[in-house]
Amino acid sequence: MSEAALPHDLPDVPAAYEPSLFGTYSKKIGMWLFLLSDSLTFGALLYAYSYGRISTPNWPTPFHSESIVNATVMTAFLLTSSLTMVLAVRAAVFGDAKKQRLWLLATMACGMGFVILHGREWSTLIAEGLTLPVFPKLAEHATATEFADVAKTVPQFPATFFGLTGMHMLHVTLGVIYLGIVALRRTFIPILLVFWLAAWLGTPASSPFHYGAHILLVAAIVCAIILWLKPKVYDSADVEVAGLYWHFVDLVWMFIFPLVYLMSAKIL
Amino acid sequence: MEAFQQAIAERVAEQHRHHRMTQFFVVWAALLILTAVEVYLTYQNMPAVRMLTILIGLSLVKAALIIGYFMHMKYEISRMKWLTMCSLVACLALMMIFFPDALRIISLGVK
Repeated sequence: MSEAALPHDLPDVPAAYEPSLFGTYSKKIGMWLFLLSDSLTFGALLYAYSYGRISTPNWPTPFHSESIVNATVMTAFLLTSSLTMVLAVRAAVFGDAKKQRLWLLATMACGMGFVILHGREWSTLIAEGLTLPVFPKLAEHATATEFADVAKTVPQFPATFFGLTGMHMLHVTLGVIYLGIVALRRTFIPILLVFWLAAWLGTPASSPFHYGAHILLVAAIVCAIILWLKPKVYDSADVEVAGLYWHFVDLVWMFIFPLVYLMSAKIL
Repeated sequence: MEAFQQAIAERVAEQHRHHRMTQFFVVWAALLILTAVEVYLTYQNMPAVRMLTILIGLSLVKAALIIGYFMHMKYEISRMKWLTMCSLVACLALMMIFFPDALRIISLGVK
């Protein structure tokens, strides 16, 4: 069907160039290549988690109903963000700039909801003793029992759990920034700096997010340089390419959610 | 070259204009329902291997829906579909070479 809908030769374009090998524009092919390589990164992390689970007889199942409900709501946020992203692409191809911006902002809001819920869950788990040696020690750890035992007896669990979900959270955060730049361009830089200050000053020094918030500062600097070097109005192709990245982040979560949360649930 | 790329992008955009909006809502609803099924199964206390098989199956269906409809792979030309998906599946399948080692550790009883 698609072969007929999108012919390789473009009769209205001078025949100075060869037809597109993949039937689409190079920015989109470039994003697909990036996503293929990134899926191997997540594949390696998921396989590492699965390897640990298979080879460890006493693999913990620490996620109670509250964690499962929280992760389910996070999943709903991501799935809804994918729908709003598709609607943003649709608005872009119809040339409706206002709707495009609104749907992009809705997508960002869902992504931020996901990150906030995930951050809250991380903070709870860390306070209850499921932590890594690199994370700061908390006063609550002295009295923590169940999760502290997990961290001591099966250190592979917190290592792979925080590694996998942390990498995904980083991707979602960068995705929100990417969409913010596409939607608001230069206007987003001061907004991003406000987010950085709020995240840095609003989290206690004992939280891993206190220093992790500096990712937003680095992203603001990188985005400012890009926008200064190549200022442009983003067209429907740019929105579609940004959408590919966003859907990929959603796609990866469709494997993390069942493998990490549902398979490690403690339902009483 | 820029004009050439823009012409292709315009063709792709034209293709997008013909997609029905309802199909995206149907896919979104299907993804939510599949997620609800996954969570329901979690509360059924099934044997781990059977549970894992069903969850992986459902995740693959969800992944296919996202790639096919949300990422528009369904509407790409065959060459694009086959090259990207086959290379991805082949690379991910190769990583499974580590799993026999994980099973070996269990059967050796290494603490």
